[in-house]
Amino acid sequence: MWKVIGERAVSLVVTLLVASVGIYGALFLAPGNPATLLAGGHATPAVLATIERTEHLNEPFFTRYWDWLVGVLHGNLGQSFVYREPVTTLLAGRVGNTVFLVLYAATLIIAGGVVLGLLAALDRRAGAAITVLTSVGLGIPSFVAAIALITVFSVKLGWFPVFGSGTGLLSQLWHLTLPAVALAISWTAYTAQLTKAAVREELGREHVETARSRGISRRHVILRHVLRNAMIPITTVSGLTVAGLIAGDVVVEQAFGINGLGSFLVQSTLQKDFASVQAVSLILVATFVIVNGLVDLWSLVLDPRLRTGRA
Amino acid sequence: MNVLEINHLAVELPVEGALRRVLHDVTLSIGPGEAVGLVGESGAGKSMASRAVIRLLPAGAAVHGDIRYSGDSVLAMDRAALRHFRTHDVAMVFQDPRAHINPVRTIGDFLLEALLERGERRDDARAAVIAVLAAVGVSEPERRLRQFPHELSGGLLQRVMIAAALAVSPTLLLADEPTTALDVTTQSDVMVILDARRRERGLAMLFVTHDLELAAAVCDRIAVLYAGFLVEDAPAGDLHRNLRHPYTAGLLASRPDPVAPRPRLAAIPGRPLSAFEVGAGCAFAPRCAFAVERCHLERPELRVLDAGRVACHRAEELAGQLALSPTPGGSE
Ligand SMILES: Nc1ncnc2c1ncn2[C@@H]1O[C@H](COP(=O)(O)OP(=O)(O)OP(=O)(O)O)[C@@H](O)[C@H]1O
Ligand code: SF4
Ligand SMILES: [Mg+2]
Repeated sequence: MWKVIGERAVSLVVTLLVASVGIYGALFLAPGNPATLLAGGHATPAVLATIERTEHLNEPFFTRYWDWLVGVLHGNLGQSFVYREPVTTLLAGRVGNTVFLVLYAATLIIAGGVVLGLLAALDRRAGAAITVLTSVGLGIPSFVAAIALITVFSVKLGWFPVFGSGTGLLSQLWHLTLPAVALAISWTAYTAQLTKAAVREELGREHVETARSRGISRRHVILRHVLRNAMIPITTVSGLTVAGLIAGDVVVEQAFGINGLGSFLVQSTLQKDFASVQAVSLILVATFVIVNGLVDLWSLVLDPRLRTGRA
Repeated sequence: MNVLEINHLAVELPVEGALRRVLHDVTLSIGPGEAVGLVGESGAGKSMASRAVIRLLPAGAAVHGDIRYSGDSVLAMDRAALRHFRTHDVAMVFQDPRAHINPVRTIGDFLLEALLERGERRDDARAAVIAVLAAVGVSEPERRLRQFPHELSGGLLQRVMIAAALAVSPTLLLADEPTTALDVTTQSDVMVILDARRRERGLAMLFVTHDLELAAAVCDRIAVLYAGFLVEDAPAGDLHRNLRHPYTAGLLASRPDPVAPRPRLAAIPGRPLSAFEVGAGCAFAPRCAFAVERCHLERPELRVLDAGRVACHRAEELAGQLALSPTPGGSE
């Protein structure tokens, strides 16, 4: 257990370092001068030169990256030169919306996917319908889902707001329902298909036959032997879902005008706001690595066969 | 009253959309405390016959005939009756304990589950399970309860499976090749334990194996299955003295010697037929060295002969010849 945690921690640090160099480099090489953007419409050469000097824009790549890295290690994510505020402050106001949205979507995906998959595997008639539904759902990208949901439920029916993220739990739930659904649709379909396959496989296991031969009730056979064992492959693959959610979040926040990390990342990239892009990207990468580490640990809890020799 | 009575059992299983016959005609009974060995080559239908008794056939199976446990029709049981039957009266030991015990739950979970399922108190169930584990020769039973199946050897795991079957104090024990997946020394250990526990508790047992000698050693009676037909049923002691069915004689002759594993004389010539390939006559006719015209045309009924029953047109005539030469020399 501790060995796995150690391995994951090391891999997190390495991944973050590599990712930060990569992202910094990409922004550095990308066309367009951030000074021009900062100066707005009236960029005289003198103004540009001043901005470049104060913002250290014309220093060599490694000097700038090193400065940034030292700052981060001191707990300072840097200063956004677009907003002229510490990046930490800018993130603080946005991170809540994104976390809420992603957790909301993840709950929908896990609950919906597992229930649909289980139903599809156990009930022949429901199974056929669910299989059709999930094949369609799997092919719906989140931006298409977003547009369709906004058109139907916000514009036509007026049940949900078109825009924004709301404040307070209930208002947040109300505002973020459509975005979460848009984000969740294809992943729910994916999880449902995976669950169905895993449950089918487990249903055919000999030990399930043993349980039935002993007169264990169907409910207990399903819960303790079929679903319990099917959770292992489902957990393993859910690490992938997290990567998908992070990518999808950026799209969905844009589509629904949610002021979260995703839309902030897009704006900052367009404005070449190095410090902000860097901070958000690293948070996303770190989240991905940490969640996958947790998935690994959870697999260890679920499958005793993995524990021997690795503990 | 007999513990188990199987009358003209026939089973069909769905194969690629159509039903395929795997058992034709099996009639068999087991008295209280009696052990019956069900033997036959691979594919004869031994597993299907024993599974039919506990209604554990693959989905879509069609079952004909009659199976009675203490006089009650097993095939007619509703859900509750079947559950009661499975939790109280009958227990099954499977061939491969590694596959037949859930790998992600503890040995304790496995052993206790059946007892808790029928409403016993956890403490009582635990005490009972520990006692049974000790009885089947599992050391440190309390520690075993916390272990997982992959931490135990195959032989130990099979003892756990036997303990699980005995823990519910069944009247009827179904054992489907309980030792085939184990190495030779472990096999005999497990057989000794199974046999001793069974005798001690006066359990009725259906012991499925393809090893005729082993069956003869631990069972009171031997039932021989060929291509879905029960062809002979005789007291175990008669086997060497008084052979009546050419197939049984062939089985005896073809058994490899476990001590000096050289092929003994001849195996039965020809390939065993699957049940669905059998024609109108005797199922064994294509391979039988004693087959006459009648054998190919008319199916032999299972009929009483001496202390047992046999399905062969020529059983009486052949009685002497089979005993003298286990490998048939040729027909007349
Ligand atoms: N699920 C199934 N669907 C269709 N046919 C099956 C199925 N399981 C087994 N059979 C067929 O039923 C016949 C009897 O099988 P069974 O498992 O009872 O044989 P067996 O005597 O136990 O053989 P073995 O010694 O190999 O265990 C075989 O011909 C087999 O191919
Ligand atoms: S009935 Fe005929 S074919 Fe069948 S076993 Fe007897 S002698 Fe052989
Ligand atoms: Mg078998």
